[in-house]
Amino acid sequence: MKWKTKDGGWSPYLAGALLGFLAIASVYATTVLMGKTNFLGASTTFVRAAGFIERIFAPVYVSGNEYFTKEKVAIDWQFMLVIGIFIGALISSLTDRSFKLEGVPPIWKERFGPSIWKRAAGAFFGGIVAMFGARMADGCPSGHGLSGSMQLSVSGLLAVLLFFGLGMVMARIIYKRRQP
Amino acid sequence: MTTAQWLGLITGIGFGFLLQKGRVLRFEKQVAAMLWKDMTILKFMLSAILVGMVGIMLMADAGTIKLAHKPMNLGAVLLGGAIFGVGWAVMGFCPGTSLGALGEGRWHAAFAIAGMLVGAGVYAALYPLLKVSVLAWADYGKIGLNDVLGVSPWLIVAFFWAGSIALFSWLEKKGV
Repeated sequence: MKWKTKDGGWSPYLAGALLGFLAIASVYATTVLMGKTNFLGASTTFVRAAGFIERIFAPVYVSGNEYFTKEKVAIDWQFMLVIGIFIGALISSLTDRSFKLEGVPPIWKERFGPSIWKRAAGAFFGGIVAMFGARMADGCPSGHGLSGSMQLSVSGLLAVLLFFGLGMVMARIIYKRRQP
Repeated sequence: MTTAQWLGLITGIGFGFLLQKGRVLRFEKQVAAMLWKDMTILKFMLSAILVGMVGIMLMADAGTIKLAHKPMNLGAVLLGGAIFGVGWAVMGFCPGTSLGALGEGRWHAAFAIAGMLVGAGVYAALYPLLKVSVLAWADYGKIGLNDVLGVSPWLIVAFFWAGSIALFSWLEKKGV
């Protein structure tokens, strides 16, 4: 097996297995050091961040909103985890020179052209829809896909099948040009 | 910063580092997996799950940790999962990978992050309504596949390993 990929990355089997060890270490460390078992996840942080932003304009609404109250608008373990993902990716990409400024990715450009505004609109509106779905399902590919599957959670396994299933249908519709 | 915040930050840096080294952050890889052209993210995720599930189950058996299943709320998981899939294909990032993609210079991820913040705000605003509709349909609680099937979790872990290895060799043979 090759440990390096053509683009200079690590084999996905190797990087993935190391992430598995990190997940185990993280579950253990949070249990011992925080007294509360935390599993890897990301999407709840977007609720907390949205709460912080909305609180600037409408503090009364945010403190009265049931969902913000339930998820607690605070900078917690997972909030810092998500910030850490940014830093870790920055360090990794700068040190192996794979850091690249990109506004419009190739598959998108081929289908919708080089306009940054079209790509921005796709990313923005896709983001609204995806996050709405992730919060309804109570998890994203991290919380359900990785952490849920590792625990054999029925919700996690079912969610990840739906994520991929609908993603595949939708990707086929939008990125494959119909033959004339 | 508190211990919890430091721990989150350090773990997150490792998480982001491995996501970037696995080359799974970028739009191209995410969409290529959905188009069944390059299954890097599937290999990466399954490898993480295979290793992680053994350690987690060992710790659960030893009583070191308690499992924390997310509730199997049928309407929420089915509808929410489907809605996520649709948005994910257009956005080309996951919530977690969007920050990492921004970190490796893919700055269009910033628009995705802005959209996801709006999406979270919309969900919070509609939560009282959803709570009495979709979320109230059928909740089977916090259950594991081993509870449903009435077998040892280790049997499922063994099947998961065998199935994944078969899938990996098939993907490598197809060159995707």
